[in-house]
Amino acid sequence: MLAIVGTIPDQNFPLTTGKVTLKDNKICIRGKHIHVNRGTPALLAAAVKTAEALGQSEPFGYLIGDIGLGEGSRKLYEYLTGNLGQSDFSVLTFHYLQPDVDWHNRVLFAIEEMTKQPVLIADAGFMYAAKMSGQSAVYDLFTPDIGELAFLADEAAPHPFYTRGFILQDENPASDLIARAYKYKNAAQYLLVKGKEDCVANRQNILATINTPIDDAMEAIGGTGDTLTGIVTALIGSGMEIGDAAIAAAKINRLAGHYARPTPATQVIEIIHQIPGALQEILL
Amino acid sequence: MSFFGFLKSKKAKKSSETGNDRGIFVFEHTSEVIRAESVLKTSGWKIRVMGPPPEIRSGCDLVIEFPLIEELNIVRTLWVAGISPRKVMPVSNTLLQPVDLFQIKDFGQYLMVRAANMKLTVEKKTLTIVNISGGGCPDVPYLAQEMVGKTLTKAPSPREIGHTLCGYALQLAYEEMKRKCSP
Repeated sequence: MLAIVGTIPDQNFPLTTGKVTLKDNKICIRGKHIHVNRGTPALLAAAVKTAEALGQSEPFGYLIGDIGLGEGSRKLYEYLTGNLGQSDFSVLTFHYLQPDVDWHNRVLFAIEEMTKQPVLIADAGFMYAAKMSGQSAVYDLFTPDIGELAFLADEAAPHPFYTRGFILQDENPASDLIARAYKYKNAAQYLLVKGKEDCVANRQNILATINTPIDDAMEAIGGTGDTLTGIVTALIGSGMEIGDAAIAAAKINRLAGHYARPTPATQVIEIIHQIPGALQEILL
Repeated sequence: MSFFGFLKSKKAKKSSETGNDRGIFVFEHTSEVIRAESVLKTSGWKIRVMGPPPEIRSGCDLVIEFPLIEELNIVRTLWVAGISPRKVMPVSNTLLQPVDLFQIKDFGQYLMVRAANMKLTVEKKTLTIVNISGGGCPDVPYLAQEMVGKTLTKAPSPREIGHTLCGYALQLAYEEMKRKCSP
């Protein structure tokens, strides 16, 4: 089974764990219903849709409310350190959490206690903490966008906000940034880079560049990176090899976006609804 | 300029470059940094929001760099505003510079501004914020929830309701967008 760890943009949302379903544009966990806008709810919704299309069971969620003060994230970190060691997930994806190196490291210690090591995926705030901790190589997959890739490539930046200009500028091709991220050991075993062209790489090679269909508006739509991480999580959870899953996920996400006929004002739930159709076309 | 004036300005420049005359305020939350920046800039203090030195970095941090000699006065200004720094220390290392590079993308009907990892898109005709994307800190989905669908003038600014570096980056994109869209 796969598990997804993240936050809900509601300060009063309590720590909740359980299987996640999707109904009426809301994710449901233990009787609680959360609107799918972007962030972890969008990742979960995409994972649910993908798993459903593949005939897999629902993902397990570890969720808590946090609007950026970090209190919710820290409670969730504490819970994970006490509970992950006894779990048996095959894939663990960490998402919108307040970056905190100390708690990140404690969570990794808890994962080491698991009987079988899961595939580890990090995106968003948890990926920032993973890079800052110097333990990126422990992870199987990072899913940065092009701005976050520049941050991974900048060995001196503790957060994308401090990425140096000469690295951040548009002219730097993704391949150079990927090479630099690996050179300074700030990349996971695989990278799935979201952008105008999606790129899948490992330390040795760029494995694939996916650039069709092209819908420029996708860059502006909040949550399209979250859906990509949700799709790849579910594909890996179904048993696909990581590199293959990353390539397929990029194709499915782009096609789902294309089917939604996107404009810069499109909302991500419209794309999530298109995932089953796109998955059918790419995989079956 | 007199000879002594020249020496004085040279000394001041050197001191400023090495950071010997600068201190930093460290706060519990980035949101306090954002508030303190606003209060101090309004009061006319020459301060800068910067990245913390490596020895005190914990994850999602900002500090305020200030002229050390004015510490007491500046702390007083903060106290009056109800803001207490967690720590005050002299600058001993080069501080990280926040991102100051913006990428602009024109979609015709829509305009997108990117600052660091944050993107803000508005409909040009109505100045309505139609999307916020990027970022990885937990206030990003919250900021999007509160800002999308509102106009640039009616939406709360990230400075008011954001708490993290991603929120601060969005504030920069928001300010740049307002500059671009002002008549």
